[in-house]
Amino acid sequence: MADLRTNLAGIKSPNPFWLASAPPTNSGYQVQRAFEAGWGGAVWKTLGDPILNVSSRFAAVSFNGQRVAGFNNIELITDRPLDVNLKEIYETKKRFPNHAIIASLMVEPKQEKWHEIVKRVEDVGVDGLELNFGCPHGMAERGMGSASGQVPALVERQTYWAKEVAKTPVIVKLTPNITDITATAEAACNGGADAISMINTINSLMGVDLDSWNTIPHVAGKGAHGGYCGPAVKPIALNMVAECARHPRINVPISGIGGISNWKDAVEFMLMGATGVQVCTAAMHHGFRIVEDMIEGLSHYLDSKGIASVSDIIGKSVPRFSDWGNLDLNYNIVAQINKDVCINCNKCHIACEDTSHQCIDMLTDENGKSYLKVREEDCVGCNLCSIVCPVDGAIDMVEATRELAPMTWNERQAALSGVAEFKADIIK
Amino acid sequence: MANDKMQRISLSNLEKNFLEVESGLTNREAVEESNRCLYCYDAPCIKACPTGIDIPTFIKKIASGNLLGSAKTIMSSNPVGASCSRVCPTEELCEGACVLNHSTKPIMIGNLQRYATDWAMVNNQTLFQPGQANGRTVAVIGGGPAGLSAARELARLGYDVTIFEGSEKAGGLNTYGIVSFRLPQRISFWEVEQVEKLNVDIRTNTFVGKDISVEEITENFDYIILAVGMAHVPNLGVEGENLEGVYDAIEFVKATKSGQLSEDFVGKRVVVIGAGNTAIDGATCSVRLGAENVKILYRRTEEEMTAYDFEYEFAKQDGVEFRWLTAPKRIIGDETGRVTGIECIKMELGEPEKDGRRRPTAIEGSEHVLPVDAVVKAIGQTRHLKLIEEFGIDHNGGVVKVDSETLQTSNPKVFACGDVVFGKGNGDAMVVTAAQQGKDVAYAIHKQFSFVGMSN
Repeated sequence: MADLRTNLAGIKSPNPFWLASAPPTNSGYQVQRAFEAGWGGAVWKTLGDPILNVSSRFAAVSFNGQRVAGFNNIELITDRPLDVNLKEIYETKKRFPNHAIIASLMVEPKQEKWHEIVKRVEDVGVDGLELNFGCPHGMAERGMGSASGQVPALVERQTYWAKEVAKTPVIVKLTPNITDITATAEAACNGGADAISMINTINSLMGVDLDSWNTIPHVAGKGAHGGYCGPAVKPIALNMVAECARHPRINVPISGIGGISNWKDAVEFMLMGATGVQVCTAAMHHGFRIVEDMIEGLSHYLDSKGIASVSDIIGKSVPRFSDWGNLDLNYNIVAQINKDVCINCNKCHIACEDTSHQCIDMLTDENGKSYLKVREEDCVGCNLCSIVCPVDGAIDMVEATRELAPMTWNERQAALSGVAEFKADIIK
Repeated sequence: MANDKMQRISLSNLEKNFLEVESGLTNREAVEESNRCLYCYDAPCIKACPTGIDIPTFIKKIASGNLLGSAKTIMSSNPVGASCSRVCPTEELCEGACVLNHSTKPIMIGNLQRYATDWAMVNNQTLFQPGQANGRTVAVIGGGPAGLSAARELARLGYDVTIFEGSEKAGGLNTYGIVSFRLPQRISFWEVEQVEKLNVDIRTNTFVGKDISVEEITENFDYIILAVGMAHVPNLGVEGENLEGVYDAIEFVKATKSGQLSEDFVGKRVVVIGAGNTAIDGATCSVRLGAENVKILYRRTEEEMTAYDFEYEFAKQDGVEFRWLTAPKRIIGDETGRVTGIECIKMELGEPEKDGRRRPTAIEGSEHVLPVDAVVKAIGQTRHLKLIEEFGIDHNGGVVKVDSETLQTSNPKVFACGDVVFGKGNGDAMVVTAAQQGKDVAYAIHKQFSFVGMSN
């Protein structure tokens, strides 16, 4: 069995699956239940000055009848006294010394506030700290959370203040509500962060009730934007992790967060540079027990690939992620339909005909049987047909014979500018 | 099985036995199932539906929560689409054609159709409006699926339509002929009501040829549609047929759908003669009326029976016994004229007949008597010969001949559709086929009228 132990900037855990700072990690009771279920670590729900919450806090989108495709909350950081949380952290750590407990922190952007809270939580034995610069609602209006996290200078300064006194590793949790997350990630590194975690939730309004015209959710008839998470945000989160992982000046470990629901999602994040992952929505949807399959699935995957340790996959796909300008313009794939597997729903035909490149024909063979065929010479390899196809193996995207040597846009532009200079020389 | 039956069948509350067997989909089931539909392009289910309902579209509308639109999509193609959602042999039609038969499992099209039409029913929706009056009158003789369907389409096209219906209520087979536990009357009544809302005048309790003459109709209407369906069950041609306790299966089922249920069958022994869908209905109704033992006698075998597989299965689950290769020879009565038994003879199958089914012949000396209290005859249906003759139109043993293009009978003013044109060897006489024929006749009339209109 593969070794699933992870070490994120010195924070050790028995497996890469942590619970993110959120409702599931609100209390010692919950975190202990999670550790019993098998979670490797937990980032305690953000500590700070206790706040007041509203009632009616969560909402989710269903997609084609499937619940919780995306999830949103307007809950704030912990609403329990700091002393109570600290006591429970101490007791939990004592009971589970090998599991990672990270304290998520959020205080006003003042040096003394950061010093004070860092010292207090480290006194009860946490394994690390996570600075919450991401929460997009409520706290941001008080100058904290994403209000800090959207300003690189504030991220750097507050990271620095925390690091001034911290004895345990400091993770900076970043908000996605920013044009370029590498800017704040770099600022965190400059401030001395030992690791970064991403993404926090995305600003969202979940819906409007068609009968009452109220927002979803609403609090006594009024709504406010919340933070979006769950399976729907995974591609956004994965891109942000990947952008940071390949950035030359961001050289700290990454804790991946955002729509991770199973072991496959976790493998993708780790291949794209995450050292471990944090999960929330999936646990809120199904309970802590899901970690059993996450651990087992990951373990079986590594065994089937002959990989001894989960840390061996970290970042392995990062070199394959680049800018569009570095993609080969002369690479061609085409769709091929397997008549034996195809069930003739014709979805590929209508998708291609109406919205892509009109290259899938509906034909009838000599026995009067319908079949579909791709005119490969007109196929641009867009993948749409294989995306809408409901049957596994009915459409393959295959490499077409290469007619031209590889050339990227950047290479082409460089070559063209060379030609232009050459022409200019001739004209002279 | 017997125990199971005992638990399901109440002897004290017969009404309960006739409640609809299948419960409809829950909202959640409908959401999940409708979202499973692939929304095929040029979908085979549409082609497999005799009325050509745009199935992927109505299912998509369920998924999106547009139930009114879904019901309209269904009912616009099939004026008796609510009944059909319950009685169509879907596995032989739309569901049988579903592409998911080749990958997972077919969509429950019938159940989704029921879900959408039930919604329209419960919410008292009016789905269609009458067309602008074009001054033409049409008499529709027979208010069953074919007649209603023709009337509905003509009314939408602006015709002034009158339906002449012999029974107390319109709906024909759907109202009286399909057992309540498959198709409650309220479904058929709702469909009739949808047609009435288009200003179609439905004159019930009006037998053409009796309550109103054929001449009067011929004189007073521009077009006539003959949609009278079929008549009663023919005689067996054996002794004792007139004894008390011998029933016509059509009338027998009709009685279970009209008013008070008879308590005369509780604890009794019933035999049903025949093995078509009507025979199954006669048998399962007998079970639900509390009969202690119900047997179906059929002179051929399981192989040749014409009942749908699911009907056969249903009867077996009801505890109905099947006596294959058994024909009635004589019905025996007591001195008061009541049935006490039936003498049967064993049969064997010989050479195939014209229709491909092997001819049954009696085995000499195999006579035996089954003690019974009631005999239900279900060996087919006769034709409304007298009425057809009064119209003076060509027919073949009661099967009215129509031009395949114009759907006119030999009298160009008279059109025909439904079971009255359904001949032997033409597949199943399904409600859904009748509905389509009704539409076709409506369009044929409209085509002729439009053509005449243009030439004027």
